[in-house]
Amino acid sequence: MVNHRRYPDAVSEPTAIVSLSGVAVRAGAVPILRDIDLEVHRGEAVGLFGSNGAGKTTLLRLIATLTRPSAGHGSVFGADLGGPERFDVRKQIGYIGHTPGWYPELTLAENLGFLADVMGCDRARVDSSLAAVGLSGAKDRRADRCSHGMQRRAEFAKVLMTEPELLLLDEPHSALDADAILLVDDLVRRTAARGGASVLVSHDRERVNALADRTFVIAAGTLQ
Amino acid sequence: MTPGFIAQALAFTRRDLLRERRSGEVVWVTLPFGAVALLLIPIAIGTDTPTLRRVGVGMFWVVVMLFGVLIAVRRTSADSVAQRDMVALTGADPAASFKGAAVANFMLLVLFEVVLGVLTVVLYDVDLAGWLWIPLILVLVAAGLSLLGTLAAGIVSTGRSAAALVPLIVAPMSVPLLIAATQSFEGLRLGESILTWILMLIVIVLVLSIAGVLTARPLQETG
Repeated sequence: MVNHRRYPDAVSEPTAIVSLSGVAVRAGAVPILRDIDLEVHRGEAVGLFGSNGAGKTTLLRLIATLTRPSAGHGSVFGADLGGPERFDVRKQIGYIGHTPGWYPELTLAENLGFLADVMGCDRARVDSSLAAVGLSGAKDRRADRCSHGMQRRAEFAKVLMTEPELLLLDEPHSALDADAILLVDDLVRRTAARGGASVLVSHDRERVNALADRTFVIAAGTLQ
Repeated sequence: MTPGFIAQALAFTRRDLLRERRSGEVVWVTLPFGAVALLLIPIAIGTDTPTLRRVGVGMFWVVVMLFGVLIAVRRTSADSVAQRDMVALTGADPAASFKGAAVANFMLLVLFEVVLGVLTVVLYDVDLAGWLWIPLILVLVAAGLSLLGTLAAGIVSTGRSAAALVPLIVAPMSVPLLIAATQSFEGLRLGESILTWILMLIVIVLVLSIAGVLTARPLQETG
């Protein structure tokens, strides 16, 4: 652990949103994560560093309930990561991975509108969320005609629209301009302030150290 | 508030139809290929009218089966891992996703059947005896094919090697559909009752529908 700080205005409860104990993940016979112990509490932001292939993305996907643990015990919002109850908490998780998942044929507004319809969000929030990330002018542009940076921005609009309690960000500052980087930082702070939590995976130690309450290094699948 | 099953399924249907409207994959690629297939057959077997009239219905159904499954499989299996993750994290019921995708495929397949059906009548001079039953047969076959294709696409999305399994799943399941469809038309031509074949089509649709709903979650989690 490198650094510790807590947001003073967080509406925090002592409960951990994420709790991992002795968790391992294997891909066939290959160990990806080993003996991971980690708790992420309400109102905090946790940073994860590590070299390529260290297991950072797998750990994020595990917390996002997209990968199941091979051994150990883990829970998110109290839902066992190995059990069917994990499906019920997915709506509370905002995961932004390496590659945006937008449907290329749909416009940014249509992509967000689809998510709003499926998740039961107010459709009016589509436009306001896109405006908040500076994409008002591009809302009717097809996703495949938007730059990678714009698609990343749109992912942050998705987070603003759905307001997840747990934010999982994989290299959130990559492919973003200075304004958008500030937007990411603001999103992490706002999530913590309303009692949520964030886990950030990054190579940008300086920026994440300034943002996170605690930071860890992950190497060869173990947390240090 | 999380929307209900039908509202979620409708959102998936709207998404898929919008994607098709933009990409035009069915209307501008698959449909013309199906039409070309129907055009090439008379060139291959000769333009003798009685022969064409005899084989017309069978050729129509073979083309509908082959291209129809392709429509459903391609549309649903083309999603990337990031897109599947995005849908999984909406917390939406995977069964609603399956049903929504199947409904969109169904609508595209009905369009496919109607266009190729008109072409078959024109090219093969097919006898349209008992034509009042034809819409029901077309609808049931489209429903069966869309469910079968959507289910197969779910299996494809579980991994690269799973794609090899698709013909093994689709071929045996589409044979009863093909038999029921062709025999229904034959029954209409001969003036016989086709209720048995209609019932068979309904049973196939129900079985595929239940199988799709039951396997939606496991397939989503395996992918």
